[in-house]
Amino acid sequence: MGWQAIRIWTVLVYGFMFLPVAVVVLLSFNANQFGSFPMTGMSLRWFEELWNNDAVMRAFRTSIVLGLMTAVISTTLGILASLALVRYKVPGRNAITTLLIAPILVPEVVLAVALLLFLNWLGIGKSFALLLAGHVIFTLPFVILVVQARLVSIKRDVEEAALSLGASPVQTFFAVTLPLMLPAVAAGALFAFTISFDDITGTLFWKPGGVETVPTQIFSMLRNSISPEINALGTVMIVMTVGLPLLGAAVARKLAMKSGT
Amino acid sequence: MSAVTLQDIVKRFGTFTAVHRTTLEIPEGAFVTLLGPSGCGKTTNLRMIAGLLDPTEGDILIGGKRVNDVPIHKRNLGLVFQNYALFPHKTVAENVAFGLKYRDVPKAEIPAKVQAALDLVQLPHVGDRYPKELSGGQQQRIALARAIVIEPDVLLLDEPLSALDANLREDMRVELKRIQERIGVTTVFVTHDQSEALAMSDLIVVMSEGRVEQVGKPEEVYNTPASEFVANFLGASNITEAKCIEHGASVVVEDATFGKVTVPAAKAPNLTGQGPAKLVVRAEKLLLSKDPAPEGVISVPATVETVDYQGQAVRYFVRAGETQLQAINMIDEHPFAAGASVHLHLRPQDCAALPG
Repeated sequence: MGWQAIRIWTVLVYGFMFLPVAVVVLLSFNANQFGSFPMTGMSLRWFEELWNNDAVMRAFRTSIVLGLMTAVISTTLGILASLALVRYKVPGRNAITTLLIAPILVPEVVLAVALLLFLNWLGIGKSFALLLAGHVIFTLPFVILVVQARLVSIKRDVEEAALSLGASPVQTFFAVTLPLMLPAVAAGALFAFTISFDDITGTLFWKPGGVETVPTQIFSMLRNSISPEINALGTVMIVMTVGLPLLGAAVARKLAMKSGT
Repeated sequence: MSAVTLQDIVKRFGTFTAVHRTTLEIPEGAFVTLLGPSGCGKTTNLRMIAGLLDPTEGDILIGGKRVNDVPIHKRNLGLVFQNYALFPHKTVAENVAFGLKYRDVPKAEIPAKVQAALDLVQLPHVGDRYPKELSGGQQQRIALARAIVIEPDVLLLDEPLSALDANLREDMRVELKRIQERIGVTTVFVTHDQSEALAMSDLIVVMSEGRVEQVGKPEEVYNTPASEFVANFLGASNITEAKCIEHGASVVVEDATFGKVTVPAAKAPNLTGQGPAKLVVRAEKLLLSKDPAPEGVISVPATVETVDYQGQAVRYFVRAGETQLQAINMIDEHPFAAGASVHLHLRPQDCAALPG
């Protein structure tokens, strides 16, 4: 009896969380202009309109470029920071770690305003570079957390063995350390990309005029009217932000199985 | 010429001195063991030779050249670790070939060299496998192959057998020694296991608390310990307070349990004259018997207190007067029971003496 109640409750909670998403996905295939049930027919019409909507396509390109650049910069910085913090005796290591992780703990709005005010104070205007810097700042903690955890588990012995065999420290990094932490690096990069791709709060503050990412584009479209195109755009976003990590995890597992790590 | 020389080496970590001023010569082609309990500085010495640690003071010479400022990857050393440290993302063959890639070895010759190294460690068919598919003993053989394929000037082994099961450890001990003799590479072996040290070494360096206690061949270190620490660390010894009453052509030491004992002068090299001394009696040199000893053998009546049965041997704790002694005897039929009255037999030439 008690278990039955918990079961029903669980279903209700999940329903509450995911039904709206399901409705969005379902309605994006609706042939009718007005989103109401029962649906009158299936169609890819809204996806087609998305494809032909210049503003949306521009926002898409911006988001992907922004996401990729964020991922590359965040991952590179994250690897370097993790190496320094784990492998070398850096004075004030704990303080630095806390500082680097802090952007997760600070509310995003506060961080967004702070960065904007800071740059304003320095007399630097909004630009794509600022937007990118903002995204790097708050994707970096995720990369560092994942990469650091992995690096701790890689034994120093393995690197010392490579050194003793004649590989220089840099060669050792690329031949041994990097391949061993690749799953974490890939996970970190995926995190960075999806978080950047998804972000709206910070982006609203930081984006220069005329630049839109997919989330801000949806936001501005919503202000005018509720177009079924938004459902289609939402579906595409869901596929990207859910599908990419799943794909990444599958690839990582395949790789791990092959190399036996 | 010695292959490796530690010249007045000191290593400090902050205020802690891990290695006190040490000078050590490791002869070309020799198998030298650094033996001691954990924290005695043996691994610190090995890591300084490897270039993984910098000495605080003193010089390290390899092949007569000072290498203090030469980084590890330019020292041409083979290094084998306790936990194998194979590259998990590379196949066995790739692991063994790793060091060759950073040397002027023509690409075409690499597979043959790898195969020769795998043959040498008696694992010729595992080249395509990944390390995790091999057993611990096999992984350690691969680690050894990887270290020797580069023809290192010195082979450094950091407790390579400690992670293996007891039976496997003894097999690997024989195997390791065989390979070392075959290729004749100068080897520095670090262990806390005295039986490994005695079985494999040309030279044993016994260390304690950052200092070298004794350097010698296995028999020397075992039979003529230079200090109480060495006597106790290598096997079980009974060490009693004694007095040297004659120091000339023969050395006579007197203690409360065994009386006057004439110790061969060669077994009391550090005893400089009459005065306080210590008598060292190895546990396996003290024989229990129900009869008194013949002429020329010291005989002391005693009572068996504890019997520690070990199969082919027994360890007895016996009491002779006020003194508790331990004796390790091979068993002839049945061991003595606790409480039995026995005679302890001791040949004077089996004793050693230390300064008191």
